[in-house]
Order: sequence, then C-alpha cells, then structure tokens
Amino acid sequence: MTVMSSLARVLAAGSKTPQRVTLYRHLHVSEQPIVMVPIILAGETNAPLAVMVGSDPGQPEVIVTRQPRERAERLRFAERLAGHLLFPIASMAATTQRVDTRRPELSVRATQAPQVWVPNPAGVDYVRLLGRMTRFRSSEGPWAVAPSVRQLGIWLTWLAEQAEFADSCVLVPATRALSAVWATGQSDVEDGNLAAVMAWLAPPPGMAIIDAARRAEDPAVCPPAGPATDPTFDRLFLQPTLRDLASAATELARRQVLHRLTGMLVEQMRPTWDLVWQAIDLLGAEPPAARVARRWERQRDRFTAFHHYVSDGGYPQAKRDNAVRGAQRLAEMEQRLASFDAERAYDDPLVLADYRLAGEAFAGEVVASDPHRRVRGAQRSVTRPLVTVTTTDPVRLDVGQQVHDPSRNGQRALITSLDEATDGWIVELELQDKMGRGRAPEPGSVPAVGDEVVYTALADTFVRRGRAWPARENIPWTHGGPPPEPVPVPEDAVEDWS
Amino acid sequence: MTVIDDRLNAIRGAAPRKPHNARTLAALAANPGCRRRTLMDAAGVNKALIADRLGYGMTVGQMSSIALARGKSFEAQVKAEGGNDLLRLLRLHLDLPTAQAHYHDLNPADDDDRISARLRRSQRALEEAARASDPVGTMFDHPILQLTMNGVRVHIEPDLIAFKFGDRFHIVEIKSFPIVDGVADSGKVAAAAQQAAVYVLAMREMLQTAGLSPELVSHEVILVCPRDFSNQPVAELVDVRKPLASLRRHLTRMESIDTLLPILPPSLTFDLVLDATGQPTRSPDDLAASVAQVSARYSPDCLQSCELAGVCRAEANGTVPVLGRVVREELGGIDSIAEAIALATGGRVPDDSQREAARLLRTAYQMRQQALEAMR
Ligand code: SF4
Repeated sequence: MTVMSSLARVLAAGSKTPQRVTLYRHLHVSEQPIVMVPIILAGETNAPLAVMVGSDPGQPEVIVTRQPRERAERLRFAERLAGHLLFPIASMAATTQRVDTRRPELSVRATQAPQVWVPNPAGVDYVRLLGRMTRFRSSEGPWAVAPSVRQLGIWLTWLAEQAEFADSCVLVPATRALSAVWATGQSDVEDGNLAAVMAWLAPPPGMAIIDAARRAEDPAVCPPAGPATDPTFDRLFLQPTLRDLASAATELARRQVLHRLTGMLVEQMRPTWDLVWQAIDLLGAEPPAARVARRWERQRDRFTAFHHYVSDGGYPQAKRDNAVRGAQRLAEMEQRLASFDAERAYDDPLVLADYRLAGEAFAGEVVASDPHRRVRGAQRSVTRPLVTVTTTDPVRLDVGQQVHDPSRNGQRALITSLDEATDGWIVELELQDKMGRGRAPEPGSVPAVGDEVVYTALADTFVRRGRAWPARENIPWTHGGPPPEPVPVPEDAVEDWS
Repeated sequence: MTVIDDRLNAIRGAAPRKPHNARTLAALAANPGCRRRTLMDAAGVNKALIADRLGYGMTVGQMSSIALARGKSFEAQVKAEGGNDLLRLLRLHLDLPTAQAHYHDLNPADDDDRISARLRRSQRALEEAARASDPVGTMFDHPILQLTMNGVRVHIEPDLIAFKFGDRFHIVEIKSFPIVDGVADSGKVAAAAQQAAVYVLAMREMLQTAGLSPELVSHEVILVCPRDFSNQPVAELVDVRKPLASLRRHLTRMESIDTLLPILPPSLTFDLVLDATGQPTRSPDDLAASVAQVSARYSPDCLQSCELAGVCRAEANGTVPVLGRVVREELGGIDSIAEAIALATGGRVPDDSQREAARLLRTAYQMRQQALEAMR
C-alpha cells in the first residue's frame, strides 16, 4: 500500500463511500469469463467437496463429490470439472489470428485466452493444489484415469503459475481485482472477504454500506467465499450429513442424502457465485487503461505457446523448479512486475501520483523551450531541445538522470540542471529521442511554453521473455547447462492419497 | 489464594475459568499493548460470551469439528505404538542418532487428574531426564509446562517433547496441515512456530528454576505434518529463534497484572450474572460500561485473534487504526479519520508532531483532486 491508497481509504471511511485508487481498470476483463467457486472439506489437503463453475451467471454447473475422502471420488470429481474447463480452453485455442513477428514459433495468436475468476487468493491456492493433485495421474496402470484428468492438472497448474505474475489475468481472485480499483473505508483484513468488499461497492438495495459490511461478516447469511467452509456449518450441517451418507444402507437412501448434501452446498456457494459475477460486471464497466490490450495480447501469446506445448504431449510441470528454472522464474516475475508498475503509471495519473509523491516523477509547467537546439554528436550534429519546467512536486532526482515523458510515448530526457525555487523546483531537461527523422523536431514532439508536462524515472520497456532468457536447451554451461527435462516417474501416478 | 487471584476471580465472576493455551498466549503476545485483553485473559474471562452479550458475537480461531477430528486422528497415528513411527521419522528426516527411545506418557491418568499434579509429574520427569547421563532418548507425551505471563502463571501442554536426540530437548509439534512437495503454507508454519516458541520458553524457564542450563532446550523445534495428499507424516526442523525473541520482548513489555489492578475500579467485574437456565441477565449497557473502563488497542489483526474484535472495532470507529497497520504507519501521529481528512483538505493546521504526515497528505490530496478532475 502507498500514501495515495492510504489517503483513499481514509477518504472512503470519512465519506462512507468507496474511493478510486486508479482512474482506469488495469486488468483485462474477458467477455467470456469462467467463474469457479470451490469448497473443500476441512482438515484434508485440498479435498474437493463441491464446485460451482461455468460461464453463465444464471446457470452454474454444480459438481459435488460423493465421498471427499475417497481417491476414486476425487478423481471422478476432477474428471467432471475437466469437462467444463477443457472445452472452453480448447475452443479458445482453436481460433487464431496471424501475427507479424520475427519469432517463427509465434506466428499465430489465439484470439481469446481463458480467464478464470475465483473469489479470493485462497481460490488460487485451490487451483494450484488441485492441479498438483491431478497432473501426475496416468491413464494406465492402477488408479488409471481419463486422460482429461491429467490435462486438467496441467492447465490448472499453468493458470496458478501465471497468477503469480503481477501482470497476468488468466486466473483472477475477485477480491484483489476489486481492491486494485477501489478503496473501501475498512482495512485490508476485511477486504479479504469478498462479501465485505462488495458491501461497499454494491450494497444490497436499500441497505446502508455499514450495515451491509456487518452483514457480510455473519457466516449464517453470507457464507464464506471458500474454499474453506464455515465451522458452524460444518458442525451443524455438513458433518451429520456426511455421516448419514456413509451409513446409508440402500442406494435410494444414499441418493436422498446426496440430494440433501448438494442442496446445502449449493446454498453455501451460490451467494459467492453471484458476488463474483457482480464483481466482473462492476469491473467490466470501468474504462480500461491504454496498455491493457497490449498486456492481454502478450497473455494470449503465452496461452498460445502453452497450448502448443500441451498438444505436443508436453510433460506435466515438475513438482519443484530446479535451480535454473527457479532463478528464471524469479527474474521474470520481477521484470514483469516492474514493467507492469511502469505501464500502470504511464496510463494512469492516480498511479503516477504515487511516484510524484516519492519524488521519482514530477508534473509541472514548461517555462522555456528551445526546440531547435542542436549539439555535436559522434558523427554529425543532432537535435537536442532544451526544456525548462517548474514544479511544486517534491523532486528527488539527480542531474544527469534519465527520465521519460509518458504522454510522448516515453520520450527520453536527461536532467541537465535542477534548482530549488521558493515553491518547488526548476528542472532543465535535454530531450533525446522521439522527435522524428527530420532536421527540425516534428510538431508536438517538443513541449512548448505553457504546456503541462510530466516526467518520470520509470521506463516503459518490456523485454520479451524469449530475449531476456535463453530457452531451456540454450542455457550456457556457466549457468549449469541445459537442465534435464523433468520426467514424471510412474510412482507419481499412484502416490498415496489416504 | 493471593489478593491478586481474589481480584481476578471477582472480575471473572461466577463463570468457569477459561484457561490459556499456547495459541491464545501467542495471540496475546501479538498485541501486548492491549490492557483489556491482558486483564480478561489473566482473569480467564470467556471473551466470546462477553462479545455476544454486547451484540458483537464473532467466531475467531474456531476450528471446524471435521478438521479437529482429523487432527486428532493424525496425532494418534503419529504417536501410535509408543511413538515407534515417530522415532523412525526423527531418525530418517532429522538425522538424529537415536536408535531407541523410551516413551513417557504424561497424559492425564483419569478425569480427576489435576493439572497441578500433572505439572509436578512432568517437571520431575523432564528434570530427571536432563540430569541423567543415560544416552537413551525419551519422548514425553503431553507434558504440562508453566509460563509466567504478566505476573500470572499459565499452564500449557505441548504435543510432545523429545530428549537426547542430539543431546537436546526438542519440542515436537504435530499439525495436520500438509507439506506438499516440501512446501507448507507459510502462515500456518509461522503460527506453529509461534506456539512452539511459547513451549520452548516455558521449558527453558523450568530448567532454569531447577538450576539447569536453559540451553538444553533446542531452538529448533520439530514440526510433524502429513506429506502431500497422504496421511504419511514427515518431519521438518523449524528454527524458532525469531518468534522466541519477539515473544520475550512482548512479555517484558506487557504490563504486569499487579500494576494494572490498582488503577482499575475495585468493583470492576465482567460477570454476566447468569440465571438458573444459564441465560445472562447483566444489562448490556452496564456490561459495556465495565468493558469501557479498561482501555483497548484495536487493530484489524484482532479480527483473527480476539473474540472481542467486534466490540473494540465499533469502539474504535472513526480512528485511523481501524484502517490497518499500513495506513496507521503512513499517517503517523494522526489518530482520527476526520482529522486526517481535515489535514489533507487543508481545513486544519497541523500541530508539530503531525507536520510531516500532514504535508504528505496535503500534497497527495491535491494530486488526487488534480487527477480526478482531469478525468471528468
Ligand atoms: S479485540 Fe480488543 S480486547 Fe481483543 S486484543 Fe484487540 S483491542 Fe484488545
């Protein structure tokens, strides 16, 4: 959190209305989102109890495990879930467009990529663990499963891995997506509860925000958004019903109990299901930031590439990263986070304000401009306009430092002098690029006297993954050489699940 | 019975004492500045009932009955056959050289087994083991330890203490959250480490009192969890030096009950005055007035650790701490939300202590308005 978002929280609490923390939405919102509301059995390791899944807010598919502690039942659950997730993934991958690229393996791009919404970050963990549980299953030998189970595992693992990157949007926890745009007048602890955030953003008709927020904390009216269930529900309803299920003597009795179980689980999931869809609608109605489309394109590239990997019979992801993969992933994570931060700041004055407050960016007015200044370069003279800006921002930059102009496509400028004035700073800058090919700078490429300008030390440079990191087989020996391809061992397929 | 005990009993009233455990101790140490909790916990007040009566009932740290059952059965499985499985595990995962070990059961002998008797038994057994030169290891199942917290003695019960595995006492914590591919939920591991730190501290205190070296207790505790998706236990060593240091720091910072009691009104009580059917008859207003006499220090972390969180949050309404630790730190020195807004919008002149935070707020507010207006 930052000063700007703390201020937004304070203002929200004071006015009892949510406050924006960004002017635009920086998340791509798919037109065909897939929502998943899972619940698990307490005390077990991610034992799926039930899930609500689908792309139609009015018609959730409901899958209930008949015996969450039994391996065969868990696998059957996974198989049914695969039926709902793999089909949209395959059909999205099937529609592609050609793209111009120098990288032959990426000459096509899927026009759509899946976007799976879960209620909260714990839902992301669920996806990761369910992926781990299913991706090593084999369609042969003891415990043989349908091939779709393993495929599901591979895709769920990919989704969960992607979710670790700040700029990704294929697996979205609704609470985080909402908090990225709006501040509520409560703390981030309360904001972890989807119902409590939605109480601020869209309280039930006729209800005051404060009452709605209190109501959201009563698990009897607002069941928890999962995957963990409400302990009171467990004690009063779930435990007795599971006991009945285990002791049902006839098939008919069993089916009756199962019907009852399904009914009560639906009651636990449905309110959250509706809230997630409401959250998607709210976010979808927000204006997207300029660079959202570009990030979504990259995300579709990653999806396309991974789809190729899977269709070529790629192995399930290793249980643990080896050292090289681990380092790669960490570096990629940092780099994508940095570029995501920069992109958001370039697109959004409210985000940029945080950098201005920290002195890493400044906004001001141009008081002098010499657009035709030329200096001698290495071979010939080049255009290097001088621009002088006054600002009241608390600048913490140095002479010689490079800054960028977000409104001129990241035009580079060097700070040539920095003088303290009575009320702020006078900054002189020498522009470096993005002025066109001609001798004179293109009109508009150099700010004129009286213009409002913003400069920031943030650079909007995105290094493509392929360029930043060698492919597996090209890892130099200095870095351990190509790592062995992780090959799943047969024992993985039959690992103990008791 | 001391004077302090009498006072604490009066504060609790007729209700049965709600004893501490390592989890509540760790939670208490997490908010050492809160007098309200310090007092109620020392007196053994059932805070959940108080919160209910005040209309702010809240479930905190409640475990699902299903999870509890599974946790119990996992622990039983790990300890089965005199800890044979566990011994194998300790050898295998921790490289502990012990080939065989005694198993010393310190669980209650029967329902009448008083906690003080169990404490004495445990003390004797552990001290004897510490003095003996016998190289054979021993596993002490559910010993009772004692810790002095703000002047009040509290009893706690670790799952297991292993001794003479590499010459030290090791606290063993058996938990039912899984370690999947070598990784466990970091929040759960941290909570387990915090609890274990309470045991380590208590055990060290005991040895020291007996004239033995506290260093005999290792700062590495053994965490036993199910592996992957199975019921098979694995053991990991967890270094608790950090939680131990913070626990110590908090314990010394915590106000002692005997300095706290004299500044409270002598008639103070949280008795709910139950009627014959067990229903509280104490008027909520009257109860609220008593609660308000003891100062609190609310932060949103309370929501996960203290049953009174709803009460204290309502009381703290309109103050900055309600918005979370980060906001509180960023607005250092400004306590009221209305005041923060007045400083941001320029409707109020900051005093000396607020100048820095106010300047930042004011600038932030102007930038915010600028950006929002440009959007319109
Ligand atoms: S909820 Fe209240 S009593 Fe409990 S620790 Fe927090 S401030 Fe203290």
